[in-house]
Amino acid sequence: MAFLEVDHVSKYFPSPSGIGQVCIFKDVTIRVEKGEFVTVIGHSGCGKSTLLNIIAGLEPMTEGGVILNGKEISGPGLDRMVVFQSFALMPWMTVFDNIALAVRSAYPEWDRGRVAAHVRKYVALVGLTGAENKKPAALSGGMKQRVGLARAFSIEPKVLLLDEPFAQIDALTRGVIQEELIQMWNATRNTVFMVTHDVDEAILLSDRIMLMTNGPASRIAEIVDVTIPRPRARSTIIEHPHYYKIRNHIIHFLVRHAARGPDGREEGSLDRAAGAEPLVVNFEKDSLVLR
Amino acid sequence: MVGKGNPWVISGFLLVVFLLAWHLFTLRPSFDPRGLTEEQLQLMEFNGDIIRLEDGTYVWNPDKEKVKGIPGPLAVLEKARTELAEAFVKKGTNDHGIGYLVIYTVSRFAGGFLAASVVAIVLGVVLGLNRVLFRAINPYIQILKPISPLAWMPLLLYTVKDPKWTAVLVVFMASLWPTLATTAFGVNSLKKEYLHVAAILQLSWFKRLFKVILPGAAPTIVNGLRISFGSALVAVVPAEMLLGELGVGYLSWIEWNNLDIAGVIFAILVVGVVGVILDSGFNKLAGSVTYQE
Repeated sequence: MAFLEVDHVSKYFPSPSGIGQVCIFKDVTIRVEKGEFVTVIGHSGCGKSTLLNIIAGLEPMTEGGVILNGKEISGPGLDRMVVFQSFALMPWMTVFDNIALAVRSAYPEWDRGRVAAHVRKYVALVGLTGAENKKPAALSGGMKQRVGLARAFSIEPKVLLLDEPFAQIDALTRGVIQEELIQMWNATRNTVFMVTHDVDEAILLSDRIMLMTNGPASRIAEIVDVTIPRPRARSTIIEHPHYYKIRNHIIHFLVRHAARGPDGREEGSLDRAAGAEPLVVNFEKDSLVLR
Repeated sequence: MVGKGNPWVISGFLLVVFLLAWHLFTLRPSFDPRGLTEEQLQLMEFNGDIIRLEDGTYVWNPDKEKVKGIPGPLAVLEKARTELAEAFVKKGTNDHGIGYLVIYTVSRFAGGFLAASVVAIVLGVVLGLNRVLFRAINPYIQILKPISPLAWMPLLLYTVKDPKWTAVLVVFMASLWPTLATTAFGVNSLKKEYLHVAAILQLSWFKRLFKVILPGAAPTIVNGLRISFGSALVAVVPAEMLLGELGVGYLSWIEWNNLDIAGVIFAILVVGVVGVILDSGFNKLAGSVTYQE
């Protein structure tokens, strides 16, 4: 059994007309091993953030279950910390207090000094030493998300959930923080589940990339193994022979699933039956393998 | 920003212009006895309109002068000087110095406003966290909110049978609804992410309330308090007038009963000054709890 299992999860919303329900996604099954970095990529509105919220326990699922370390989850918890797209730092607290709030919750038995030392360690890890007493409003977007990452790593969760963490950060800063995230991940080897629509980001960071079709009733159609050895760096990864193969494959997938025919069917999609196992794409083996 | 120069200079200039104009418009010519017979003059003296000086000339009676037309700035200044000189003197049950009156009004105001704020914030948080309850109660808030707090006064007076507490309750009614409505709104529109973080961190409800919900909604709550503050300040003056409770609002009315128009103007100015002082204190408090996104 995998460390984190999303087991046949479906999500329905009440339809806007009030009659019946709209299926966001159906029968999504994901297995994440311990220490693995898995990314779900898809268009806006395909339900990938909803999926992440379900794993976090912030939203109820309609069918199925999520099992973490052999136990079914029931609501949010400290073992699954989210890094939010909108940072979600409390603007009335300083950087230090934002992280300390999390640390005190995760380790209620620690005394003041131990909490402070732990907070300072993670502030230093994201290179924000000296900014502890600033309020989030005084920080740039990149610095805010560094605080968000420090807060998430500081409570040492079993699974780190990244919800388009760099979408609101300017492109130049984004690259820098992505590499910082790689370093933090290398140091901790946390299990990470990320959601994004940035293909380069997904390839740089992930072990496996799950490709989600457009909603409604979206599903995970393919799983791409990122066959590029670690450690990876932005400057050298593009020279790897598989980089553009993977990138083009994903972009083709996304373009194909963005266009819809007049009958609402996905144009050129593989049109495999719903509920079928996703296609595994691995360029090392240079083949499309059905698992 | 357009405009150069010191705004204080302009403020001072406008004040001087206003005072000068006020002085000139309220200036009355000295008594002119020409064209009046000795008999007419004696009648006017008998009526108290004029008085005869030792040198045999007549001038307007200064006591009667007070109630003719609007008093000038000098008369108001003179009145202010005598009132402030005896600010903390009690001459009788209904004649307390201006210092006492200010204290009465401020404590009446503070009591009603603070009590209403506590009740409104507690209720507002409860309603803000429970959408169904909010929608159930909201129609009543909408009906009660626009009622002038003074409209409650007869009912309150009849119920509590004590003008002292009635005045406090009028202030209470004036400051309840805006704070209640905005607190519920502020808590309700708190960013979902903050509550998500609180849920993931498994904060206790106490921590959730004091570390996340209240500080998060604080800027909105303070806006509601500001509206309440204004309407309470407006309500306290007529409440004192109507109830005859000693205070700065009452001062204005009692001076009117004394036909002392300079006193009325002085009382109006005191109300203004008290308002400014309370408001600046409130702004200090507001600044300490607001944050930038």
